[in-house]
Amino acid sequence: MKYYRSHVLVCVDPDCLRKGAHEALDAFQDELVAQGLIDEVQVLETSRIGACSQGPEMMVYPEGVHYAGYTVDDIPFIVEEHFLKGRVAKKFELAAEKAIDEELSAPTPKEVRVVLRNCGRIDPENIEDYIAEDGYMGLAKALTEMTPEQVIDEVLASGLRGRGGAGFPTAKKWQFCRASAGTEKYVICNADEGDPGAFMNRRVLEGDPHAVIEGMIIAAYAIGASQGYIYCRAEYPIAVQTLNIAIEQARAMGFLGQNILGTDFSFDLEVRMGAGAFVCGEETALMASIEGKRGEPRPRPPFPAVSGLWAKPSNVNNVETYANVPQIITNGAAWYAGFGTEKSKGTKTFALAGDVKHTGLIEVPFGLSLREVVFDVGGGIKDDKGFKAIQTGGPMGGCLPEAYLDLPVDYESLTAAGSMMGSGGLVVMDDETCMVDIARFFMEFTQEESCGKCTPCRVGTKRILEILDRICGGEGREGDIEMLETLCEQIKQDSLCGLGQGAPTPVVSTLKHFREEYEIHIREKRCPAKVCKALIRYEILPDVCTGCTVCARNCPTGAITGERRQAHVIDVDTCVRCGICMQVCNFNAIVIR
Amino acid sequence: MPTIKNLDDLKRIREEALEKRKLKTASGNVQVVVGMGTCGIAAGARETMKAILETIEKDNLSGITVTQTGCIGLCEREPIVMVTVGEEPKVTYGKVTPEVARRILKEHVGAGKIVEDHKIAIS
Repeated sequence: MKYYRSHVLVCVDPDCLRKGAHEALDAFQDELVAQGLIDEVQVLETSRIGACSQGPEMMVYPEGVHYAGYTVDDIPFIVEEHFLKGRVAKKFELAAEKAIDEELSAPTPKEVRVVLRNCGRIDPENIEDYIAEDGYMGLAKALTEMTPEQVIDEVLASGLRGRGGAGFPTAKKWQFCRASAGTEKYVICNADEGDPGAFMNRRVLEGDPHAVIEGMIIAAYAIGASQGYIYCRAEYPIAVQTLNIAIEQARAMGFLGQNILGTDFSFDLEVRMGAGAFVCGEETALMASIEGKRGEPRPRPPFPAVSGLWAKPSNVNNVETYANVPQIITNGAAWYAGFGTEKSKGTKTFALAGDVKHTGLIEVPFGLSLREVVFDVGGGIKDDKGFKAIQTGGPMGGCLPEAYLDLPVDYESLTAAGSMMGSGGLVVMDDETCMVDIARFFMEFTQEESCGKCTPCRVGTKRILEILDRICGGEGREGDIEMLETLCEQIKQDSLCGLGQGAPTPVVSTLKHFREEYEIHIREKRCPAKVCKALIRYEILPDVCTGCTVCARNCPTGAITGERRQAHVIDVDTCVRCGICMQVCNFNAIVIR
Repeated sequence: MPTIKNLDDLKRIREEALEKRKLKTASGNVQVVVGMGTCGIAAGARETMKAILETIEKDNLSGITVTQTGCIGLCEREPIVMVTVGEEPKVTYGKVTPEVARRILKEHVGAGKIVEDHKIAIS
């Protein structure tokens, strides 16, 4: 391949062509030949460099200098200045437009937006905006051109699996529900997104509510239901409001109600609010809550597809699952199956949180590695610290260390690694994170949210939390690790629902991958990451301390003493390890031991 | 709102919606879109929206359509405001406080000068 020291990209968009881009290109070539630079500088045609408002526009790399507003007559001058004399021809430089570079190398090149395609682009409170983006075309296609069986077959061929976390094939669920006897059936959307730090569903509900509604109507047509419920948590008031507006507009336009699109299919939809119990994200507890009962799970079978809401066959899917359906019908199963891996098709939304540079919501095709998600999409670890672990799948998922970073993100790989897909929470942890403390944090959450119906979960999570509290508090004993392992196994085996079965996962995975941290906590009474308050103490380095008294004045418990201009001392017994002294010290004289 | 009875109705409404959208951009109109998801509102999007509407009224600006949208995924840079002037590319701004919003209206919409220090991307 030929090597050029410089590349000139000339915009040949219609606007630029009208302003003489072709003439400029020719003049450029001629001038380069005349100056003997043709072997060093390559001239290429491109599009969309800038606004084309001052065209013909041109970009010179590697410097990234953007020229505009020149005429053919100016080209000898630009060639002489830039390529011969090596300085920017300031007269024609467009400094402000350098932003385009930033856009070309946007931090999210590996994202593919299927579910989130309209989020942030359309007005969610205006149904026409959704229709303009081919909204309700999938429904129209399903109702006018396809039988319910064909709809199910199409979804089956797309490979769509439940996005709530378990990954059960969506079309199989629909088949079971369709096959169940009875004429009264229900379609339910699980919008009780409760994982700490996860808000993928909220974004879809608030940004593109009609995608979920359309998906639900298609599902209802496929299984033969005439009533649907969206179970949304009360902590999402804006989502509930947006949904209600969307449902009203869909009803006014005839997408909900009697004889939809002039066919004999009728379906209506209602939003039910949850009162904030995490366990209501479990489908049987969710249905109990819709019925007005306490949100507690019940044993399965019978599965909801056979006996669900009010003992009628019911289909429960997650927000994201439904939001995928309209596009599968519109664009076809083959299009959808083109994304992802062999067993996990399509894309998945994730809430990227923790110690990563770009936190926020992302949508990537299955099969991307965790490394690509954290370092390419997420931009790497904040403050250039080291990577320690990534927790996938929310509070019931596992923590995976660096060795697993090249793992592809799909249902099977994550489960095999001892974690899970979950609904899509990704928490990145840097090397200053204490894994025992992390396990304790998640156990505190699940213990708090355990509904208390079955003993293993109610009592077991409490016992695990007590042991973890003890270890973090410096009171760990020999045998604690083994006891944790036994408890985890029993809770996992014997709990009634997914909450209890999944609750031990953070402990199991940290024990597996970060066992030595537990051992150091227990045997050496030390927290290597310097997080667990009972196992650390703050100290003032006498050589560095200038005796400025800032720390003593800011200490809330008066634990720091010392004369002005003399090294200060922290009293370990009075110190509550709040860390304020370390923050206020201007001389880095305070360290954690 | 018209009732859609069949596929042709739907297609017609889709065309009309697209046409409306085109009209908005063609006539050199200015579109200001404020991200009003939970993340945006938590970061102060309501105040930003209020400032935009108040400024438009106070300065008697015309040809500006202000709409809202959901979360675009860059929650850490909320409140986010997207500005499209006529057929020019859309400019996305982050951390738009009421003060920045007033600057955007004055400098970008009024004088055609992008507010560089709050710009996220041009597309």
